[in-house]
Amino acid sequence: MSQGAATTIAGNTPPFTEKRKKNLLSDGQGTLAGFLISPTMLVILFVVGIPILLSLRESVFRKFTTPDPTTGMIPEGESFVGLQNFTDIFAHPQAVDGAWGNIDRLINSFLNVTFFTIICVAIETVIGVAMALIMARAFRGKGFVRAAILVPWAIPTIVSARMWGLIFDADGVMNKILGQQILWLADNSYSQWAVIIADTWKTAPFIGLLTLAGLQTIPSDVYEAARVDGANAWQQFVRITLPMVKPALVVAVLFRTLDTMRMFDLPWGMIGQGKYYVETISMFAYIENNQLRYGTAAAYSLVLFAYIVLVAFIFIRLLGADVIGDEETRAITEQRKRQKALAKAENRKIKLAKTTITSGEFQS
Amino acid sequence: MTHARTTRRVLAAVASVGAVLITAACSSSSTPSGSAAAGGGVNWDERGPITYAQGKDTAGVWAGVLKEWNDAHPNEQVTLIELSPEADQQRADMIKRGQAKSGEFSVMSVDVVWTAEFAANGWLQELPKDKFPTDGMLASAVDAASYFGKLYAYPQSSDGALLYYRSDLLDKAGLKPPTTWDEMQAACDKVLPTQKGMSCYSGQFQKYEGLTCNVAEAVNSAGGEFITADGKPAVNSAEAVAGLTWMVDGFKSGMIPKEAITWKEEESRQAFQDGKILFLRNWPYVYNLASKTDGSSKVAGKFGVSPIPGKTGPGVSTLGGHNIGISAFAKNKGTAGDFIKWIASEAQQKTFLLKGSLAPILESMYADADLNKEFGYLSTLGESIKNAQARPKAVRYGDVTSAIQDATYAALQGQQTPTDAFNGLQTKLEDLLK
Repeated sequence: MSQGAATTIAGNTPPFTEKRKKNLLSDGQGTLAGFLISPTMLVILFVVGIPILLSLRESVFRKFTTPDPTTGMIPEGESFVGLQNFTDIFAHPQAVDGAWGNIDRLINSFLNVTFFTIICVAIETVIGVAMALIMARAFRGKGFVRAAILVPWAIPTIVSARMWGLIFDADGVMNKILGQQILWLADNSYSQWAVIIADTWKTAPFIGLLTLAGLQTIPSDVYEAARVDGANAWQQFVRITLPMVKPALVVAVLFRTLDTMRMFDLPWGMIGQGKYYVETISMFAYIENNQLRYGTAAAYSLVLFAYIVLVAFIFIRLLGADVIGDEETRAITEQRKRQKALAKAENRKIKLAKTTITSGEFQS
Repeated sequence: MTHARTTRRVLAAVASVGAVLITAACSSSSTPSGSAAAGGGVNWDERGPITYAQGKDTAGVWAGVLKEWNDAHPNEQVTLIELSPEADQQRADMIKRGQAKSGEFSVMSVDVVWTAEFAANGWLQELPKDKFPTDGMLASAVDAASYFGKLYAYPQSSDGALLYYRSDLLDKAGLKPPTTWDEMQAACDKVLPTQKGMSCYSGQFQKYEGLTCNVAEAVNSAGGEFITADGKPAVNSAEAVAGLTWMVDGFKSGMIPKEAITWKEEESRQAFQDGKILFLRNWPYVYNLASKTDGSSKVAGKFGVSPIPGKTGPGVSTLGGHNIGISAFAKNKGTAGDFIKWIASEAQQKTFLLKGSLAPILESMYADADLNKEFGYLSTLGESIKNAQARPKAVRYGDVTSAIQDATYAALQGQQTPTDAFNGLQTKLEDLLK
């Protein structure tokens, strides 16, 4: 594939090299860039790559846990079990009573994660956008409102978990306000809502902040033109604000989604461990790890990892989340589209662009 | 970034994953352990500096204790390593050292419920009975430091449950502290109608280790057992189910307030101090806090303690406390051995009681008149601990306790009947104790 574009500027290429330079202006830049980012890549290899490989290895092993019946001692070491750590949820399900009936513990936590992610992110997006719209207005005390909205985001999760734990206590503020005796901190569907409320309180400002940044890039003349055309506030919001803030909003929602999927400290600190209505995959993996079952803990973490990768992929594909935000990349993509269309029209093989600088559309 | 490069990178990643898996598969080890903790071959005369690891020293007693030891043993200094205040984290730190065969923690303060797990994995040094006598120590505490008939640690401190009651209200009604559940209910029926907003009884019923302690007491006090002496689970017996049923019925009838299902030690202590409950099952630490006259407690001088009640007679408390053990990989085991004997001696046990309110492990101290004057609850606590029953001694204790909590909490929340819950628990325990 990489030789594809090489025919473009054949005249400039020394005849004795097999692999010819693609492009004069980018000469050496690739090597230099590679050299410059290599320290970062090395760090990523050590802190991300190798741990992932090690957990892949760990996930197909199992430590011995059964003591010898005569001496009571546990043999050392571990055995290779193939994919058993993954398939055991079907072969030996560990049924628990959660919000979804009596089902396997991993599936239960998987459903909890999905439920929390959908509900929390939906509510947070609505509230976050509303916050951004308020923060973007010019009014007296704007600085104070912005600071007030951002305070929850600045509080460490475990602290807000404890704080909300007090609020949701049987004798807590929430029950006083509602005038009810709801046992939020037991293990029931109220516990789920306690988590959702606390999570929304904490992270809606994050979406608000990123959306605000997007709002501030919208030029005011667009709104002026809309007003001249007689658009009302709702039309302006739906036709101008939302489309123009979408790139920023989609990235914010993507980050929140991925973050909510690995939620741990909020339910752990507020509701506690072993509560199946709020147990997430991270919590379950941590508990397994604590019971010295590193194999299953690694396996469950990988399940979560795969789930997050899948969701991120779908997000980027469907909503076109532009996480990198690189104009060059975007321009190349655009150009490739045009080239493809052109090549299709002329019925010839496509040579895709590598840069936007010199590879014009009519080179052949 | 080109497609070709990405493809190559993906290929490289896949190849390296494959390589790791293959090498891993080849090195799959299954060597049975040459048990490091076996009694023989240990040099009990090797002396020198050692370390002592325990949770955070919140009461601040250890600086003084260690100074005394270090002044007397200049060549055998003991360094204190303070771990997290959280029990789970302490256990994780100790397990890490054990798995790495590191003797960094020469002497460790081990919760009674971790002792079996640590011993079975060979992380604790077995203590030969001829060198480490246990005379005079509480039998239940020594039993909690043993595994498979061998001693793996010395008891360090003990703990047992007490029943706190409102002596002012019971006296007014002309009642004595109850010794059975029925007597307790009768006392409540007599006292509560005149006390607005007061409930009868509470323990700790949030889903955590405290729930295991409470349900174990209910089951043992009703004549049942979680695990029999020969290590077989027996929770589906009629007696065990009767214990759980008492708790479930307590919630249903309102004897136990509904919100107690979210209470841990502190919440239940607060409720008792605020005058919301007549009887409270809790640990000895509540005594001093509830006696405070600075306004934090409304019941100062108005309460008393007795052993917890049972179904037909006095109840059976759950045994708490810590053991002090020597790492199997430690150097200078001679010093370590001397040190744990010194900690278990009467003089040090007295210091821990006076300065840290830790229950002693020597039986004689509970009858000491001077100490009883200082600690009004001491003789009652001695009685409680003498009858106390250890929680199930299991290598996979973490799984056992969460299975017990699952079953109990489901029954308390009304998701399952007590019989169904304990039948399910029986199956799980049979699997865990195989």
